[in-house]
Amino acid sequence: MTEKTQAQQGPRTLFGKVWDAHVVRPETPETPAVLYVDLHLVHEVTSPQAFSHLRERGLRVRRPERTLATMDHSTPTLPRRPDGSWPFVDAQAEAQVRFLEKNATDFGVELHGLGSDAQGVIHVFGPERGATQPGMTVVCGDSHTATHGAFGALAFGIGTSEVGHVLATQCLLQRRPRTLAVRVDGALAPGVSAKDLVLAIVAKIGVGGGTGHVIEYLGPAVRSLSMEGRMTLCNMSIEAGARAGMIAPDDATFQWIAGRPRAPEGAAWDAALARWRKLPTDEGARHDQEVSIDVSRLAPMITFGTNPAQGIPVDGVVPDPAAERDPQARGTLEAALRYMGLRPGQPIAGQKVDAVFVGSCTNGRIEDIRAAAAVLRGRKVKVRTLVVPGSHQVKRAAEAEGLDRVVRDAGAEWREPGCSMCIAMNGDDLRPGEYCVSTSNRNFEGRQGPGGRTMLASPLTAAAAAVAGAVADPRTMVSGEVR
Amino acid sequence: MDPIRVIESRTVVLSRENVDTDQIIPARFLKVTDKKGLGKVLFCDWRYDAQETPRPDFVLNRPEARGCEVLVAGDNFGCGSSREHAPWALVDYGFRAVVSTRIADIFRNNALKNGLVPVVLEPAAHAKLLAAPGASVRIDLETQTVRLPDGSTASFPIDGFSRYCLMNGVDELGFLLSQEEAIAGFESRG
Repeated sequence: MTEKTQAQQGPRTLFGKVWDAHVVRPETPETPAVLYVDLHLVHEVTSPQAFSHLRERGLRVRRPERTLATMDHSTPTLPRRPDGSWPFVDAQAEAQVRFLEKNATDFGVELHGLGSDAQGVIHVFGPERGATQPGMTVVCGDSHTATHGAFGALAFGIGTSEVGHVLATQCLLQRRPRTLAVRVDGALAPGVSAKDLVLAIVAKIGVGGGTGHVIEYLGPAVRSLSMEGRMTLCNMSIEAGARAGMIAPDDATFQWIAGRPRAPEGAAWDAALARWRKLPTDEGARHDQEVSIDVSRLAPMITFGTNPAQGIPVDGVVPDPAAERDPQARGTLEAALRYMGLRPGQPIAGQKVDAVFVGSCTNGRIEDIRAAAAVLRGRKVKVRTLVVPGSHQVKRAAEAEGLDRVVRDAGAEWREPGCSMCIAMNGDDLRPGEYCVSTSNRNFEGRQGPGGRTMLASPLTAAAAAVAGAVADPRTMVSGEVR
Repeated sequence: MDPIRVIESRTVVLSRENVDTDQIIPARFLKVTDKKGLGKVLFCDWRYDAQETPRPDFVLNRPEARGCEVLVAGDNFGCGSSREHAPWALVDYGFRAVVSTRIADIFRNNALKNGLVPVVLEPAAHAKLLAAPGASVRIDLETQTVRLPDGSTASFPIDGFSRYCLMNGVDELGFLLSQEEAIAGFESRG
């Protein structure tokens, strides 16, 4: 079926509308669709070989104004030294950062690099600039590009070859994915956040269950999330194998975007708003698959294993592989428990931890820092705790509220923005065998350093673990309204 | 890229499910600005201990794994990040095809651009390969089939355009660049 007939077929999904509006050339059995990209976000890790390829072929960046760069993965989160130099983990990290500076200059790409007051984790930074807008196609050489779907954009991660394709042509070759509706009913209880919701969803769908699909999150519990919460939710769509997650834009979306540097103004704003209001999925439009979840009784979630679908309530117990009938699944569970050093049936609360990380493109925004601070206020941490704002803008906002003082007074470290211990490329990492409760998105073996053991959770749960020195239920530490 | 039509090789079997890109190549090796030589850190933390001594029990460290070009892995291979360093490392090591019951979307896209053939089989056919490590297989892109150790064949799906590119050693960027007129037309309408 071609795009055109699809477009004429009556009610459409949010995804369908965005896809149809970006088809340069419809797909055929022989060739994929040529899909136009509105916004290309670039960082230092997945772009160097793409820029080099452009140089080799004598190509330019086709639309530099649709390309926006920052640096985050290889950057230090310790401050600049008195002599003005940066404490890079090694010369290779510095060379990678310098290469992006050179590429941005040579190819005319807007870069907010190290030392800029806008620099930050790319998926925190893009929305902050107002660059991410409803109805857009957004790509980046990073699987957590799904984050931008919180604004009703179709946003997905690509590899470095495709980064080169977009730099050179502003387009990608794509087959139309299927859609999966995830309906979330009920209301989240106090102390239960978007992170807990997405961990529950990934646990339900499975780590590969969304493969080949774009998720649309629907339902009252999604609607009532803040934009920060919606970004957290869409961010982890990839942890269920879905390349993108989307939420239809509404007034909360529009208010969040208004006034940001790249947001439209005046008549252009009014025109944009009129377009954006037409984006939500039409009544009667069908998704290829649908699942639903009721979150009224959802507790804070934490992972016990080595993939993000291995999550349980913080007041639950580690599952027993013996109860698993499928031998392959049993083997997977056994391997996870062996790596994590956890016992079947063990209550997860009380498990000792060695470190806590609050930050990342999943949970490095102002609300996340506020949540962690709500637990840390007036308390002391028992373990090494890094609080890493997602961007300089988040850092400034938090400092204006005095949250940096709360963090420091508790004995935790208040760092410079970056990916930090989410991916552990910059020297912020675990030692072998250490346990870390982390607000990041992946608990794969060694993700936070070789031999490190990651337990994914919300900022509230992470801060509670920092204070207790062990996995703890945050609901015992904060008053009702905090999310 | 060299054209690929048939791959004939013995297999290496890594039966784990959900082999993620952090296992294929840990993030600390992503600070490179080129793509050469990554095969030596392929599966680094499974292959080597903290002293960089090969772990004898890991499949790639067994003598019979030498020269194998086909990796057979458990379900949902390549999940996780978008790092193209993962297929770069696999190809640099010498692999030319990965076989599983499910291959993560971004990894599959990246593999196709680097001459690494992603082969998704039905569980029954896949099970025959899992049960016969080191078996000789023949992957034929023309017919989209794999000849299994028991002599039977199984077919696998692959996007027609990707297959054309692999079989002719064509890179997709060339096709996109040839669409300039359509792209410019789209932009002027916007």
